[in-house]
Amino acid sequence: MKYLRYVVAHLARAKRRTFLTVSSIALALFLFCTLRTVMTSFDAALRASDDTRLVVRHAASLVFPLPLAYRDRLAQIQDVEHVGYGNWFGGFYQDPKNQIAEFAVDVKNFFLIYPEILLPADQRRAFEGERTACLIGRGLAKKYGWKLGDVVPITGTIYPGEWRLTVRGIYAGKTEDIDENTIFFNWEYLNESMPDVRKNWVGIYWLRLHSASLAPAVSDRVDAMFQNSPQPTKTETEKAFQAGFLSMMGNVSMLLTILGSAIVFAIMLVTVNTMLMAARERTTEIAVLKTLGFSNRLILMLVGAEAVLLSLAGGIVGSAAAYVIFRNIDFTGGGMFANFRVLPETIGFGLLLAVFLGLLSGLVPAIQASRLQIAGALRKVA
Amino acid sequence: MARIPLIYNVRNLGQRRVSTALTALGIALVAWVFIFTLALAGGFQSALQATGSRDNAIIVRNGSTAELTSIITRDVAAAVESQPEIARAPDGRPLATAELVVVWNLPRKSGTTTNVVVRGVGPKSAALRSKVHLAAGRMFRPGLDEVVVGKMVAERFQNCSVGDHLKLSGRDWNVVGVFDAGGTGYDSEIWGDVELFMPVFDRPVYQSVILRLGDNSHFAALKKRLESDPRMSVTVHREDQFYAAQAGALAGLLRSLGIFVTLIMALGAVFGALNTMYASVGARTKEIGTLRAIGFSGGSVLLSILVESTLLALLGGAIGCLLALPVRNFTTGTMSFTSFSELAFRFAVTPGMLLSGMIFAGAMGLVGGFFPARKAASMPVVEALRQA
Repeated sequence: MKYLRYVVAHLARAKRRTFLTVSSIALALFLFCTLRTVMTSFDAALRASDDTRLVVRHAASLVFPLPLAYRDRLAQIQDVEHVGYGNWFGGFYQDPKNQIAEFAVDVKNFFLIYPEILLPADQRRAFEGERTACLIGRGLAKKYGWKLGDVVPITGTIYPGEWRLTVRGIYAGKTEDIDENTIFFNWEYLNESMPDVRKNWVGIYWLRLHSASLAPAVSDRVDAMFQNSPQPTKTETEKAFQAGFLSMMGNVSMLLTILGSAIVFAIMLVTVNTMLMAARERTTEIAVLKTLGFSNRLILMLVGAEAVLLSLAGGIVGSAAAYVIFRNIDFTGGGMFANFRVLPETIGFGLLLAVFLGLLSGLVPAIQASRLQIAGALRKVA
Repeated sequence: MARIPLIYNVRNLGQRRVSTALTALGIALVAWVFIFTLALAGGFQSALQATGSRDNAIIVRNGSTAELTSIITRDVAAAVESQPEIARAPDGRPLATAELVVVWNLPRKSGTTTNVVVRGVGPKSAALRSKVHLAAGRMFRPGLDEVVVGKMVAERFQNCSVGDHLKLSGRDWNVVGVFDAGGTGYDSEIWGDVELFMPVFDRPVYQSVILRLGDNSHFAALKKRLESDPRMSVTVHREDQFYAAQAGALAGLLRSLGIFVTLIMALGAVFGALNTMYASVGARTKEIGTLRAIGFSGGSVLLSILVESTLLALLGGAIGCLLALPVRNFTTGTMSFTSFSELAFRFAVTPGMLLSGMIFAGAMGLVGGFFPARKAASMPVVEALRQA
């Protein structure tokens, strides 16, 4: 520790270089945290899923609906506590650019299925008691400035036409991973507006169980029941369902990893270069230190510590900036991310990476410095 | 004003090999990332854009932005197909087809599953897509349990090679052929007989009608007549615009992500270049003093150092371009939100992108060299000469 002042004094001597190097490492770590947050934000739905919830859909794909008649048959299956259902409703507000996630849900069981959706009791009653009522997430309320009682016109893309929904509740998520940018409205309202051939069809069913350990058995029971019907089902836990959805996104994570590695590698080159230049400039000085009796090991540590300190400073600045910036701006990536926030793990990982970067970039100059021959070095620069 | 010869700069870069190499590689990686992201966005966009043809029109239900959410009944399809603007096929019949589109969940070769577009096509469907041709096997025979698959589907999904049996909607289908759609979205589709698909998939209606215009300029008239007919309730799009609009949102997002990443990374690399050039200028203070003493002006020194750093950056840019060339062979698939299914595409590296990469690298060199160059140019000659 007593040598810390020496290391800091060194960094302070070449202020411009220190500033430039710290900045470039900070920028790299900022990017790293951002790209990693893209990945972790995709996974938010996984973290928000509950293992006691099952999702039942048509075996072919989500595009095919299931008959409403399945509701009562599902309710009779052993170990099923609650049955809920809903239809995905694709739509936008005013401009096709403002795509909003909407679900038409059965109001009666919705809150039994999703206890994570929190709202005041009076708002809940108002929502349940009105056909054209809707619930909006806090995020939407903030983004569009919608208040209780506002009528929100939504243009449907799957269900054509303009749908006028009255805001009767504004919900919050129980945890930060719950999407607060969704509209929920009454399934009955959607159903009664359909022509006869499209009436009484349900997009997905949700089942709630007493315990997660029942999930495999119940899934098998459900799928066996409908195996030979015209609409066979596929039942899986909410987590598996979300994971399947993510896997449809393709290899986004691989692309981001490639980009992230290229960035980290590029900045490593910059840092190595800086450390080499810094070491070259003080060949004489190191020779003097050695003459004074500093051991090779100590010299190795001093030069290495300088690199790590430099890199760590950049890492702290970069990840802190990412954390603060994404806390304070509403970045949704065009509606792709419900909640774009930098997780503590990401910051930890970033700092670890910064230390590693520092060690790596300090390695060559440190070894060079510790192996320096005193007489030759003192002679080198007059 | 006397110019300092270029060879001076080249030799200088050669003097500090390690430093030059590290800086150039750093810039190379930035250029690479720049080209990589452009190629990703460009590949996605051109796959969708090339899917549509300027000469074709596509008719979907009023308000639908994708075939999947559209419904066209048999009588509407028949009415559309009898319009006078439609070109004639060699057999004298209108060059138009009504198609069925569903998406089906299939296992990839990697084991994960995703949705694939299954399209019921008619006798004129292939003729309407000039880029589609058979790559292996033969075309399916109408009325039989046979399908043909796009080449991306054959490459990426299980049971999708010629001779395989594919299970769709409770039936076994023989895969009899693979078609190549020239990198368009059809490469990610499975095609079969529409008249057979309708009962099998339990769909009494079509999703779209595609037709070739006899004369491109008649589009407006056709659009006006069909859209004003209250019995139809359809929207008429030019096919190329229809698909380009689907690409819009995601391609835009990919491109802005790329630009965001590249700009920040470039700033980091400029800092690195600044470091290198400052050190380089600092190390040859005496040399620069000598240049000034023998008559080169401050301006010449400034220009010379700018040239040097730009040269360094262009070297990096060129390495980046070389590294980016193999990116062309990457294929990736992503979910298209409008068709709710996988769209596979190849990265597109165009000469324009490589050029932008070079220009970008050169700009980094200019910026990174400017401040050190200015410092060198304004050095007092006598003091510089006196330096160690």
